[in-house]
Amino acid sequence: MHVGELVSPKPRSGEGGPIRVGCTINGVASTLEGHPMARLLDVLRHDLRLTGTKEGCGEGECGACAILIDGQLVNSCLVPLLHAAGTSITTIEGVADGERLHAVQEAFIAYGGAQCGICTPGMVLAAINLLARNPDPAEADIRTALAGNLCRCTGYMRIFEAVVRACHPSASQT
Amino acid sequence: MPTIGQSIPRKEGRAKVTGRARYVDDMALPGMLYGATVRSTVARGEIRGIEYGPSIPWDEFTIVSAADIPGRNCVTLILDDQPFLADGRINHPEEPILLLAHSDRFLLEEARRQIIVHVEPRPAVFSMDDALERRHVIWGNDNIFKSYVVSRGDVDAAMADGVRVIEGEYETGAQEQLYIEPNGMLAVANPVDGVTVWGSMQCPYYIQKALLSLFEMPAEKIRIVQMETGGGFGGKEEYPSIIAGHAALLAWKSGRPVKVIYDRAEDMAATTKRHPSRTRHRTAVDGQGRLVAMDIEFVIDGGAYCTLSPVVLSRGTIHAAGPYFCPNVRIRSHAVATSAPPHGAFRGFGAPQSIFALERHMDVVAAAIGLTPEEFRRRNFITPGQASAVGQVINEPVGMARLLDRALELSEYHDKTRRFAVSNRRSTTKQGIGFASFMHGAGFTGSGEEHLASVVAVDVVPDGHVRVMTSSTEIGQGTNTIFAQIAGDALQLPSDAIEVVQPDTALVPNSGPTVASRTCMVVGRLVESAALGVRRTLVDAGLLGDSYTSSDFQNACREYVARTGPLRATARYQPPPGLKWDDERYQGDAYGTYAWAVYVAEVTVDPVTFEVRVDDFVAVQEIGKVINPVLASGQIEGGVAQAIGWALHEHVVWREGRMVNSQMTNYIMPTSVDLPRIRVYFEEQAYPYGPAGAKGIGELPMDGAAPAIFNAVAQATGVSPTKVPLTPEVLMELMERARG
Repeated sequence: MHVGELVSPKPRSGEGGPIRVGCTINGVASTLEGHPMARLLDVLRHDLRLTGTKEGCGEGECGACAILIDGQLVNSCLVPLLHAAGTSITTIEGVADGERLHAVQEAFIAYGGAQCGICTPGMVLAAINLLARNPDPAEADIRTALAGNLCRCTGYMRIFEAVVRACHPSASQT
Repeated sequence: MPTIGQSIPRKEGRAKVTGRARYVDDMALPGMLYGATVRSTVARGEIRGIEYGPSIPWDEFTIVSAADIPGRNCVTLILDDQPFLADGRINHPEEPILLLAHSDRFLLEEARRQIIVHVEPRPAVFSMDDALERRHVIWGNDNIFKSYVVSRGDVDAAMADGVRVIEGEYETGAQEQLYIEPNGMLAVANPVDGVTVWGSMQCPYYIQKALLSLFEMPAEKIRIVQMETGGGFGGKEEYPSIIAGHAALLAWKSGRPVKVIYDRAEDMAATTKRHPSRTRHRTAVDGQGRLVAMDIEFVIDGGAYCTLSPVVLSRGTIHAAGPYFCPNVRIRSHAVATSAPPHGAFRGFGAPQSIFALERHMDVVAAAIGLTPEEFRRRNFITPGQASAVGQVINEPVGMARLLDRALELSEYHDKTRRFAVSNRRSTTKQGIGFASFMHGAGFTGSGEEHLASVVAVDVVPDGHVRVMTSSTEIGQGTNTIFAQIAGDALQLPSDAIEVVQPDTALVPNSGPTVASRTCMVVGRLVESAALGVRRTLVDAGLLGDSYTSSDFQNACREYVARTGPLRATARYQPPPGLKWDDERYQGDAYGTYAWAVYVAEVTVDPVTFEVRVDDFVAVQEIGKVINPVLASGQIEGGVAQAIGWALHEHVVWREGRMVNSQMTNYIMPTSVDLPRIRVYFEEQAYPYGPAGAKGIGELPMDGAAPAIFNAVAQATGVSPTKVPLTPEVLMELMERARG
């Protein structure tokens, strides 16, 4: 995928021109172009129109812009485009398999893990990232793993429940 | 099968977990510009000049000042005292002065920083005391937006009677709503088509009303569309009218679509926060531990403009005496002007402030007269047939004592109280358990719902598909899902056969604002009535029997539409019979009904770091019929979390009227590791005038956590905390002073 039209930050004078960066986004080989210090968040949202990644604070505190880069959960508002070179990126748009949702997504719907939905993409990715490392986490593990993703609606209780249920989808429903 | 009482999955859940849900910042229109706001850096003064920095190509910018406003430069709300853009005079820091638009949002931000507004300072007021003492008059004649006096019996006579009087003073700080989606609006506007605004909001018709006068246009020319909204909590009740106006003014002048998205710092510093408050209690108690008289003074800081402060004050005033019976009550309350950005709606709307003071004070009084907090409250709970402070005779089967029994049992309150008394002697850390008992009125206060006269429509489209049309917004609390459940049950259809239409003033009737715990109870009831109206129409037309399948219903609808034309049923609010409210005397039936609750908090205090950790939280409430248990529990859990943040962590730091910690880095809200298990229990006592018996719940959970936590800290440490938030610094001072 080549991105033709770019609206990411224009280089300021004396800072060098745009760069081209090859990476994989949601399984598709892509070339991104922009200022080396452009926020990856802006490139995803504005250039690629992958608007599932949200901006909540722009300073790496809230986790609404979390994505996976080479399997690591990162806040895309803090990642310069330069650092995307050669990486494999997963955004919320790449989580479901077509219309088939990931177990974490299913559990978020079934157990009330999403309310207003603005933290949900980052939260779902944080949960998936946890389960990749620890398929049967204790509540303390879940709390720690999600501590970088702020939610103002739920008080987190139903998010914990959803993560547990995603690990044990066959368990009886409450 | 009925779906009410079932945890039907959130209707828009799939869109939200896949990232497909569309919020305003996810929208882009061809030729769109970005908008920014130039704000005051000083609290009060006269604008003497505006200087445009040298390195910006200003001719590429659209610049809007007060002079460009086509209609009235005031945000229509209660008193119309707030301008959209400052016109010569500054009344608070962050007050909007100029608007800029450009296609390059990075250049736009640079340009915003290059504008210098020269202001000749005028005296400002930065505290409620200074406002009350009128050191400088900054608003009206006396710095007072609104005062109420509630009076029952004779407080002075009762207190002169040799009874024990216990005094206390309590304060609460501002709190930022901190919805994770910042405020934002996208507008197109021109003289031919009028104005259309898409955005993040709670109240589409409030925005429409504000833009009607801003542009002096008829209602059909002002269209407001709610996009998916990433949390509100009151913070998207009134302020979005200003942002919508700004985006529309820039669009009007530039002839291009304009999107205004606040960054976090701007959103936190410039938009509304919870009103700071101070409450003074003088409480007279007889020898049997019964309340004889309550004298309450409640003051809130409204900031520089009136906005919603009178209504916030009203709710805080009415809730100030709590769920207790007392024959002599006087509540004097004031909303005062200071030179801070206006404070505004925030979940609970004045009640959390006055309830915090009362419920902390109840423990203080109990200790003073040698009763346990439990026993003192039991002797004073209001019971059916008794009148509240505003003279509302409670005519529902309230069981505060039963709620208290259950909450204390579930939290193992007695056992823990005993155990902590022993363990605290040996342990470095100190544990405590405390509770609060309270109620929260659902819907608008007094005659408010009658004035709103909300309307809901239920439409049937020819294929038999049902559409619920309201202006009540889904902001995370579950409006879409519960309306589908309510309409579905009324029509004997599955809830997924019901479409809840996205609020758009061009399509939906005005069902009022999405505030005041009214969406389920008041608007939900209208949804139920309108849906029943559709069914009755089809039955009366002989097209439908008493019981039917979905396909029978669809056939009946098709047949009806073919024969008669479009089918729409509407319902308009009618007050429950017998409700009476006297706005002059502030006496009567303040609310149609109340939710009743007892919340228990267990804490550990670390006497080295002075951190307070909440270890367990039990929330027991009677809220009428629970429509959707998962969504309802989610409301309570989220509200309790927000209240724990208010109680312990969330400290707005002010400097000359400006919030100086307007970042998530230094304004601390609870994360997933900061909260206890929040255990939620419902009692269901059907309310005859709510849909299927439901009441309102949205605000209730904000009320009880802070006093419960403070009471637990008092038990753990022996000191008496009285100011929200109880940060480690504040607790350190209290505990060190107590140590001597």
